[in-house]
Amino acid sequence: MSLDKDTVRKIAFLARIRVPEDALEPLAGELSNILGWVEQLSEVDTDGVEPMTSVADLSWPRRQDVVNDGGDAHAVLANATEPEAAPGGEAKGGFFTVPKVVE
Amino acid sequence: MSELNKKTIAEAARGLEDGDFTSEELTRACLDAMEAARDINAFITETPDIALARAGESDARRAAGNATGPLDGIPIAVKDLFCTEGVLTTAGSHILDGFTPPYESTVTQNLRDAGAVMLGKTNLDEFAMGSANITSYYGPVKNPWTADSGDKQGKDLVPGGSSGGSAAAVAALIAPGALGTDTGGSIRQPASFTGIVGMKPTYGRCSRWGIVAFASSLDQAGPLTRTVEDAALLLGGMAGHDAKDSTSAPMDLPDFTAGLKDGIRGLKVGIPKEYTMDGMPAEIEALWAQGRDWLTGQGAQCVEVSLPHTQYALPTYYIVAPAEASSNLARYDGVRYGLRVPGDSLDDMYEATRGEGFGEEVRRRVLIGTYVLSAGYYDAYYIKAQKLRTLIARDFQNAFADVDVLLTPTAPSAAFVIGEKMDDPVAMYLNDIFTVPASLAGLPAISVPAGLDGDGLPLGLHLIAKPFDEATLFRAAFALEDAAGFDAKPGVGPGGGS
Repeated sequence: MSLDKDTVRKIAFLARIRVPEDALEPLAGELSNILGWVEQLSEVDTDGVEPMTSVADLSWPRRQDVVNDGGDAHAVLANATEPEAAPGGEAKGGFFTVPKVVE
Repeated sequence: MSELNKKTIAEAARGLEDGDFTSEELTRACLDAMEAARDINAFITETPDIALARAGESDARRAAGNATGPLDGIPIAVKDLFCTEGVLTTAGSHILDGFTPPYESTVTQNLRDAGAVMLGKTNLDEFAMGSANITSYYGPVKNPWTADSGDKQGKDLVPGGSSGGSAAAVAALIAPGALGTDTGGSIRQPASFTGIVGMKPTYGRCSRWGIVAFASSLDQAGPLTRTVEDAALLLGGMAGHDAKDSTSAPMDLPDFTAGLKDGIRGLKVGIPKEYTMDGMPAEIEALWAQGRDWLTGQGAQCVEVSLPHTQYALPTYYIVAPAEASSNLARYDGVRYGLRVPGDSLDDMYEATRGEGFGEEVRRRVLIGTYVLSAGYYDAYYIKAQKLRTLIARDFQNAFADVDVLLTPTAPSAAFVIGEKMDDPVAMYLNDIFTVPASLAGLPAISVPAGLDGDGLPLGLHLIAKPFDEATLFRAAFALEDAAGFDAKPGVGPGGGS
C-alpha cells in the first residue's frame, strides 16, 4: 500500500494536524514504508479467528450507576488554555472558550 | 553517611528500620546525585521541596512508631507520564505545556500512601512513543554508560526508551527505584540498555488511572530498580485493584517478595525457537545460551517451545498501538489544557495546535492510526491485527501448558549512539522485537542485567510468565540474577573507567 501526498493531506486533516506542504511528500514515503511493512500480516490465514477485545480472561466488576464525582468546576478549569485570561487565572466566567463556531 | 544514594531499596529499608540513617539523609544524598548528574538530562522536573517534605513526614512517622512498611521513606523517581497533583506533567510533549494536574495517579498515590518520597519527574519519549528517548520535547537523555572500545567509544549513547529518564536515574545511582510504563517494551528495553532490572506486570495489575494514555489495551506501569528483590518490593507498593480503572484486575495483591529466594529446582523454562533471528548479533545469542546454562545450573529444566506467530507481533503492534494512540491523543485539542495556538476557526485552532504541539514520531503514529481506522481500511488493518493478536496470545497459552516461564533476550542490541536509527522508523521499531509479543498477550515480563558486550555495554535477558504469575517470574528472575552475578556499574565495570 502506497500513500500519495493527497492522501496524507486528507489523513492529516482527519487527525486535525497541520502538516506543512513541504513535509507531505517525505511523510508519504515514511508512512508508505510502515504500511508496506505491516502488510505482511495479510499472508496469515485468520478465517474464523475472533479479533481480540481483551487480553485478560477475567470478568470485570461493574460500578454502580450512581454519581460518584463532580462539582469541581474550579479544578476542571484550572488548566484551561485561555490566552485572554490573566496568568494563573481561571477561564473566563467558568467556561472553556473556543473560537466562534456559529456565524 | 556518604553514598546513601548507592543503596538498594532493600538495603535502604533495613537502614531506615535500624535507625542507621533517616529518610531525609537518604533523600538528600539522592538529590545531590541528581544535581551532580544533570548532564544526562534524566529529569524534566526536579521536586526537591516535595521530596524533603515527604522525607520529613516519613521520619516523623517512623519516630512515632508508625512506619508503613518497606517503602516508607524510600526515594523514587517518577516517569513524567504519571499525573502528579500540583506538579507539572508533560508526557515529554510540547502540547502539554504548563499542565499541572489537580489529581494524583492511582499508582503514585499508592506509593505516597506507602510513604515513598518523589524525587522528580523523569524524561521520556514524547507520549512514551520511542525506543531511545530521543523524541522528548525536553531533549534526549544520555545513557550513564559509555563504550570502552569500538565505534561507539567517546560518543553519547541512548538509554533506551521510552522510560529512558527513569532507567538512567536508577543506573546513575540517583534513585534506588523509578516508575516506568511499558506499552511494547518501554520499561524492559531501557533496563537492558542501562544494566538494571525493569519489570512489566500483567495487564490489569497496576491501575492506569491518571497515567497519560498511549495505547490503552497495552499500557502498564512497572518498576525499574537495581535488583530483582527491589522490583518486587516496589511493584508491591504500586499495584492493586482500583475501581477508577475498569481494566484493573479485581484480585488480591500478593506479597511479591514471598518465595522470591526459594530457588527454581524443577522449574520448566521454555526457549522459544522463533526468537532466533537472522542477523542476531553473536554476543546476544551467546548470552541467551549462557542464560539457559545459568538457569539449568540452578536446577531448572530448559526445553524448546514454539511461538509460531512471533514474526507477526511487531507489525501487529504497529497497527494496534498507533490506532489506539490516534484515538487517545484526540483529547489534545488546545481547549482544556496545555498548548493552544490560536486560529481563525475551531478546526484551524485544532490543526495549528496539534501541528505545533506534536513531534514528528507522535505525528507519524497518529497519522498511521488515523489511516488504519478510517473508513474502508478498518477491517483490512485494525481487525486483521486484532485477529493476529488472538493468535499470538494463543501461542503463549499453548507454550505455557508445558512450561512455567520463557527465556529470551531483551533487546537485539546494546545501547546505540544518540542520533542513530533516526532516518528509518521501522529500524527503530525493531528494538522491541523481543518485548512486544508479551505486551500483545498482556503477560508479565522482566529484564535482568546479565552481561556486558565487547564494548563494555550492558545486555539484559528477558523472562516472561503466565498471567498474574508475577511470583514465579520474580523467583526465576532472582535465580537468573544470582547466577549472572552482574555487578558492573557505569564507568566502573570491568574494563570501564579504569
